[in-house]
Amino acid sequence: MIALMKRDLQLALRSGGGFGLSLAFFLIVVMFVPFGVGPESAVLARIAPGILWIGALLSCLLSLDRIFQLDYEDGSLDLLATAPLPLEGIVAMKAVAHWLTTGLPLTVAAPVLGFLLNLPVEGYLWVFLSLAAGTPALSFLGTFGAAITVGLKRGGLLLSLLVLPLYIPTLIFGAQSVTRVVEGQSNSTAFAILAAISLFTFALIPFAAARALRVNIR
Amino acid sequence: MSIWEFANPRRFVHLTDTLLPWTTAGTVLLMGVGLVWGFFFTPDDYAQGSTVKIIFLHVPSAMLAINIWFMMLVTSLVWLVRRHHVSALAAKAAAPIGVTMTLIALFTGAIWGEPMWGTYWAWDPRLTSFMILFVFYLGYIALWAAIEDPDTAADLTSILCIVGSVFAFLSRYAVMFWNQGLHQGASLSLDKADHVANVFYIPLVISIAGFILFFITLVLLRTRSEIHARRISALLARERQG
Repeated sequence: MIALMKRDLQLALRSGGGFGLSLAFFLIVVMFVPFGVGPESAVLARIAPGILWIGALLSCLLSLDRIFQLDYEDGSLDLLATAPLPLEGIVAMKAVAHWLTTGLPLTVAAPVLGFLLNLPVEGYLWVFLSLAAGTPALSFLGTFGAAITVGLKRGGLLLSLLVLPLYIPTLIFGAQSVTRVVEGQSNSTAFAILAAISLFTFALIPFAAARALRVNIR
Repeated sequence: MSIWEFANPRRFVHLTDTLLPWTTAGTVLLMGVGLVWGFFFTPDDYAQGSTVKIIFLHVPSAMLAINIWFMMLVTSLVWLVRRHHVSALAAKAAAPIGVTMTLIALFTGAIWGEPMWGTYWAWDPRLTSFMILFVFYLGYIALWAAIEDPDTAADLTSILCIVGSVFAFLSRYAVMFWNQGLHQGASLSLDKADHVANVFYIPLVISIAGFILFFITLVLLRTRSEIHARRISALLARERQG
């Protein structure tokens, strides 16, 4: 499992895409918001948590179709499927590798970009924490979407249509756990449910995704 | 005699042949009575005026929109567990009806909301949940349309339906957490006394029964035509092989 994760990480880093690409996309999305809604800092401060969450979510989406597609095309997915490691474990490792190359950099970058959006001071810690707790769920759900669409020729657009609805609860509780703090309320409920969603996806999504993969490579 | 006998496509087609005239007649009768009674023979509400009459379209379509998704969940599970093709095809046949019902519920709600709430749309939890249900339906239908091999499509859409159900349910609670509501409580309930007044209640129940029969008729019809379409493509494939 560790070897598989190392391989995936190396592939992501050396192909020069994944890592920087989604970060750059995140920066551009955040940069576009003031262009769209105007540069008044009060308005930006109000919408900053939501924008950071939506930006992170969309950037996460960007690299999903690469999770299985290349392995599917060159046949290594078939080899992985016949390996002694259960397919569920492979799926989980793929999702973790995706999170390390996408979710983690986004989480680290988000407070910095929050600065651009005039995020109120109390928000920085919680933007970081909520993304750290929520982006793994995005990666796992995305892996499920990627597993379903892997056999399709033009799966990219369909992948977004399938995965984005699944992201709704994560987005709501993630953004709420920041906005509630900024508005001076307690965010413990939102944050606890966000963490619960993440743990739930770790536990169950690999089974659904592995099932979909088996259908696609049979 | 068990219900699984109708998992045999031939028996199922035979069943639909006998059932369809009855369900069609029932649909016409109940929908006709329910809607005509509802629109022309109920009094205007003291507060809502004649706009209350949209309830006879809004409530049945909203009920169906949710329950069709449940039906798809059940048939998906049956397909995954027992591999009956009719079950998968019934889920496929039901989805476009479900999405239409969701749209009818959203539109009638918007038409009613403008004079009553002063707005066509508000980010109320119920309204938002329906919007979310709508995108879940869209994803499901798009996945069916995207995959060529019918068995693969049935497998993958079933898995999506199960995972989607969990997250649609979660979304429902998420939006309740996220915003306060404008929408009134349930119009009908079995266990509570507070529902709409009896003058509206009876035609509403008739109209709901009519909508349910309408759905059953459409699903039987669409599932049957799916079976026929499958058979035709199987025959064509055999022909090509020689």
